[in-house]
Amino acid sequence: MLLREVGYARPATVEEALSLLAGNDGARALAGGQTLLNVMKQRAASPEVLVDLGKLAELRLVGVQGMTLDIGAMVTLSALMRSSEVEVSRPILAEVAATVADVQVRNRGTLGGNICVNDPTNHFPPLLVALDATMTILSEDGERTVSVEDFFVGVFETAVREGELLTRVSVPAGGGGDGMSGVTLGAHGTYIANAAASVDDGRWRIALGCVAAVPVRATLVESRLSGVDVDEADVRAAVEGLGETLDPPSDVHASADYRRSLTETSVVRAVLQAAERASG
Amino acid sequence: MSVNEPITSAVVTVTVNGTESEHEVPVRRLLVHFLRDDLDLTGTHIGCDTGSCGACTVHLDGVAVKSCAVLAVQADGATVMTVEGLAGEELTPLQRSFHEHHGLQCGYCTPGMLMSASALLAENPSPSEDEVKVALQGNICRCTGYWNIVEAVVAVGKGEAA
Repeated sequence: MLLREVGYARPATVEEALSLLAGNDGARALAGGQTLLNVMKQRAASPEVLVDLGKLAELRLVGVQGMTLDIGAMVTLSALMRSSEVEVSRPILAEVAATVADVQVRNRGTLGGNICVNDPTNHFPPLLVALDATMTILSEDGERTVSVEDFFVGVFETAVREGELLTRVSVPAGGGGDGMSGVTLGAHGTYIANAAASVDDGRWRIALGCVAAVPVRATLVESRLSGVDVDEADVRAAVEGLGETLDPPSDVHASADYRRSLTETSVVRAVLQAAERASG
Repeated sequence: MSVNEPITSAVVTVTVNGTESEHEVPVRRLLVHFLRDDLDLTGTHIGCDTGSCGACTVHLDGVAVKSCAVLAVQADGATVMTVEGLAGEELTPLQRSFHEHHGLQCGYCTPGMLMSASALLAENPSPSEDEVKVALQGNICRCTGYWNIVEAVVAVGKGEAA
């Protein structure tokens, strides 16, 4: 399908990218293009200028600094799966990357793209909420950091404003144990419901995808689980009533009630996975 | 090479199947259209044109990608291999195995299947059935029910292809 006519630039440095994003109305960063190019075909997005980040090697770095794992926004999902730093310090990121779409999409698709799209069914928004990530956003005015909870603003909307660029996602290296579970269309398809859970020293962070415009923290479940040595019965009891607090959408794949039920089940599975890893 | 000011057409230099080509194209041209229409390499098929079916799979700098979800200008300076580049004088063991195992019926998905499978075999010469299934998740076949395709790829790894 033909795309609408569009301008294109391929900056060699992050500074050039920021200047192009700030200096051109309707400019948009092109990361892996696995969502953007396809929605451009449907005219669901019509940027005036694509700023191709493909040559910005510094956005493809993964590194551990002290107690923080830093991942460049242009790190592909395939690269996350192969990264020794990720494997050592936060392996859940690689495990979840391996469940996104398919090999070809993972070879092009990036972590930054996955979260900047902020489709409510995407994998990484709830996971990064559970992992208490921090996002680094650059503009010509300088650098700012945004907590993961302030990053996701609405469906397809994030804290990245016009003229700004997400450059890095940082998560605490190590941690106790992480889990993610959900129900997909087909083996590795779109999520219908999901939950991500992370525990460190008895403190839980649990985030739900697919139930609202942005990931939802299950704070009541977190506090019920706080400090207790969880077994399956405890987790089921802690999750009791969670669905009633949610207002998920109904669609062809699941009614709102069914999605509430799937979400509770996903939380149980994600929490048990995280607990097992924390104790192992 | 960097592009510092927005442009709407670009000279794209790509090495496809070992031959360097240079063409001026609109930047909105998809890689799959560049291969088929500018280079006349029609082995790469357009199936869904939404990034779902994998019929347009090629190798871009050695990794499998869907060429309907890449701009031609993004491939500037890169090396591309299409299904036409697989065989030399003779078919490859993978291609022969597809023939022997009846890994195709209408053949529409076959170029994409071959490119995904050859990318897998380059990284993992003896894949298990499960590994083959994961590698082919991005490729849809509407005829075969997949069994013969998976068998064909596994057989190459076992050295069973003639």
